[in-house]
Amino acid sequence: MMGIDPVTLIAALIVASTPILLAAIGELVVEKAGVLNLGVEGMMIVGAISGFAMAVNSGSPALGFVAAAAGGAILSLIFAFITQYLLANQVATGLALTLFGLGLSALMGESYSGINPPQTPSLNIPGLSDLPVLGPILFAHDAIVYLSVAIVAGVWAMLKYSRLGLIIRAVGESHDAAHALGYKVIRIRVLAIMFGGACAGLGGAYLSLVRVPQWTEGMTAGAGWIALAIVVFASWKPWRALLGAYLFGGITALQLRLQAAGIDIPVEILAMSPYLITILVLVIMSSDKNRAALNAPAALGKVFHATG
Amino acid sequence: MLVLEKRPQPSRAWIAATPVLAVLLTMIAGGLMFALLGKNPVEAIRIIFWDPLFNTQFASYARPQLLVKAAPLILIAIGLALGFRAGVWNIGAEGQYIMGAIAGASFGLAFYPTDSVLIYPGMVIAGGLGGWLWAMIPAILKTRFRTNEILVSLLLVYVAEKFLASAAVGFLRNPEGRGFPGSRNLSQIEAMNNPELIAGSGMHWGVVTAFIVVIAAYVMLNKHLMGYQIKLAGQAPRAARFSGVNPTRLIVLCLGISGALAGLAGIFEVSGPAGQISIDFNVGYGFTAIIVAFLGRLHPVGILLAGLLMALTYIGGELAQLMLTIPASAIQAFQGMLLFFLLAVDVLSNYRVKLKREGIA
Repeated sequence: MMGIDPVTLIAALIVASTPILLAAIGELVVEKAGVLNLGVEGMMIVGAISGFAMAVNSGSPALGFVAAAAGGAILSLIFAFITQYLLANQVATGLALTLFGLGLSALMGESYSGINPPQTPSLNIPGLSDLPVLGPILFAHDAIVYLSVAIVAGVWAMLKYSRLGLIIRAVGESHDAAHALGYKVIRIRVLAIMFGGACAGLGGAYLSLVRVPQWTEGMTAGAGWIALAIVVFASWKPWRALLGAYLFGGITALQLRLQAAGIDIPVEILAMSPYLITILVLVIMSSDKNRAALNAPAALGKVFHATG
Repeated sequence: MLVLEKRPQPSRAWIAATPVLAVLLTMIAGGLMFALLGKNPVEAIRIIFWDPLFNTQFASYARPQLLVKAAPLILIAIGLALGFRAGVWNIGAEGQYIMGAIAGASFGLAFYPTDSVLIYPGMVIAGGLGGWLWAMIPAILKTRFRTNEILVSLLLVYVAEKFLASAAVGFLRNPEGRGFPGSRNLSQIEAMNNPELIAGSGMHWGVVTAFIVVIAAYVMLNKHLMGYQIKLAGQAPRAARFSGVNPTRLIVLCLGISGALAGLAGIFEVSGPAGQISIDFNVGYGFTAIIVAFLGRLHPVGILLAGLLMALTYIGGELAQLMLTIPASAIQAFQGMLLFFLLAVDVLSNYRVKLKREGIA
C-alpha cells in the first residue's frame, strides 16, 4: 500500500468525519429528548445549500455557516410543529422532511452549481501547526472542526452535569412523569429538535464549503442516514458518537485513497464499503440485546399528548 | 385556546376527507412557491393538474403516460403499505427496485440473442426475486439481530446504486455500444420487450400487474387471516402476540412482499418505458411511493387513486418545466410538501379540535 501517508490520512479522516459528527451529535440530543427525527439528511442538504449560497453571496464562510445552522433549524421547525403540536407519526414526518429537503435544496441550488465557494481558512497556530506529525493532524484544521469537538464536549457535560441535561433526559425517558413534574415537554422537545436541525445544517455546510467544496444536487449522499446510524452505534453517548464518526470518516478517507492509489479492488466495492460497514456496525451493536435496550431513551419516538 | 381531544375512534369522514384537504393545501402552498419563483401560480397549478388530462394539445401524449408512471408507484406503494400497517418500515424500496431491474435484465441478456416466449416471464420472475432477496437483508438482520430495518433498508439503496453503476459500465454493458455505459436496449429486443398492449393507452404488463396487485391486496387485507394479522400487529402489537401472531414471520413476509413488488416494478420499467439498464434509469419512484402509500391512506384503492394523482404531478411537472421553465426540483419539493400537509391534517381524523376558555381549572 504505497502512496498512502498516515499523517495526511488522519488529517483527511477528521475532515471526512466532521459533517457526520455534527449531524450525529445534534440528533443525539434530539433522541435523548425522546424524539426520533429521520429528517437529518434533508436538514443537512438544506444546510449545505443555505450555507453555500450565503458564503458565495457574502464572501464570508463564517456567515455561510451561520446561515446553514439557521436553515437547518428553520426546516426542523416544520418537523417540530407537525410532530409536537399536530401529533403526527415521527417516522413518517421525518421521511417527509428528507424528501422535501432534497427537493427544496435542489430548487435553491439551481444557479449555484459549478461555482467555487470562498475558502474556509485553517487556523494556523504559530509553533503548534508546524510540529511534525502532530501539527497537521491536530493543529492545522479550520474552526468548524474544533467547534464540532467543542459541541461534543458541551453536549456531554450538559447531559451529564447540568440541570438542563437532567430535564432533557427525563423528558426522553418518561414524558408523562416529566409533565407531571411541571416541565414543558413540548417546548423542551421543540428546542432539542431545533438544536438538531442547526447541527445538521452546520454539517451539511461543512460538506459544501470545506469537504467537497462545491454544490451538487443530492451531495449529502446518505451522510444524514449514516449520522442516524452513528447515534445507535454510540448508544446515545456523546464521546462514542465522536469515535463512531471518526471511525466512519477513516473508512471513507481510506477507501478514497485506495481508489486513487489504483489498488486491485473494484471501485464500486470500495465506494459501497462505508455503507456496508455502517450496516455491519449496526448489526453488531443491536445484536447485544441488553446493551441496546438499556441505553435507548424509553420514550423515543412516542407521541406526547397531555390530557388535562 | 384550542385544545385537542382524542377521539375514541378515528373519524371515518375525516380519514376520507384529509387526503383531499391535503392536496388542496399543497396546491395553495405550491402556488405560493411558484409565485416566489416568479411564475403565475394559477397557470402553474392548471398546467400540472389540468392540462395533462384535458388540454387538447397535450392530452393525447400525456394520458397514456399516466398509467406508465402510476404503475410502478402503485406496485411499490401497495407493498410498502402492508409493511407500514404492520409497523415494518421498509424505506429502501428504491434499492429493491434497482436490484429487481438488474436481476431481471441479467436473466434476459444471458439468453441473448435467443428468441423464446419463455424469456420474458423468466425475466419478470427474476426481477421479483431480485427485489425480494434485497429486502431479505433488512428482514433477516431485523429478525435475527434486532437491527433497525429503517436504516438498513435505506443504506442498502446507496449500495444498490453503486452496484447499478458497476452493472451499467461493467457486466451488463452493451458490447456493441461503442463503450458507452448502459446495457442493450431491452425494449428493442423482441423476447425481452414489455410492449404497450393497447396502442395509445399506456397499458403494459406492469400496469396489468399493478391492477391485479391492488385487488389481491384488497382481498388479503379484508378477507384473509394474514391481512387481519397485519392490521392487528400494527394497531396493537401486544394483543397480536397474545393472539398468536408470529412477529418474525410477519416482518419477513412484509419486507418480502414489498421487496418483490418493488423488484417487479423495476423489471417492468427497465424492459419498457426506461428501455435499458443505465447509471440513472431509476428516478426515485421508490421514494415517491412512500408518499403514495400515505396519500392513499395505506388502503389499496386509495393507493390506486394516489398513484394516479402522483403520476399526474410527474407529467404535469414535466409540462410545467417545458411551458413555464419551472425547474424539476420544484416538483420534487411540491411532492414533499404534499406528504407534510397530509401528516399535518391527519390530526383531524384522530383528534377533535375544541375551543377551551383559559383560567377554568
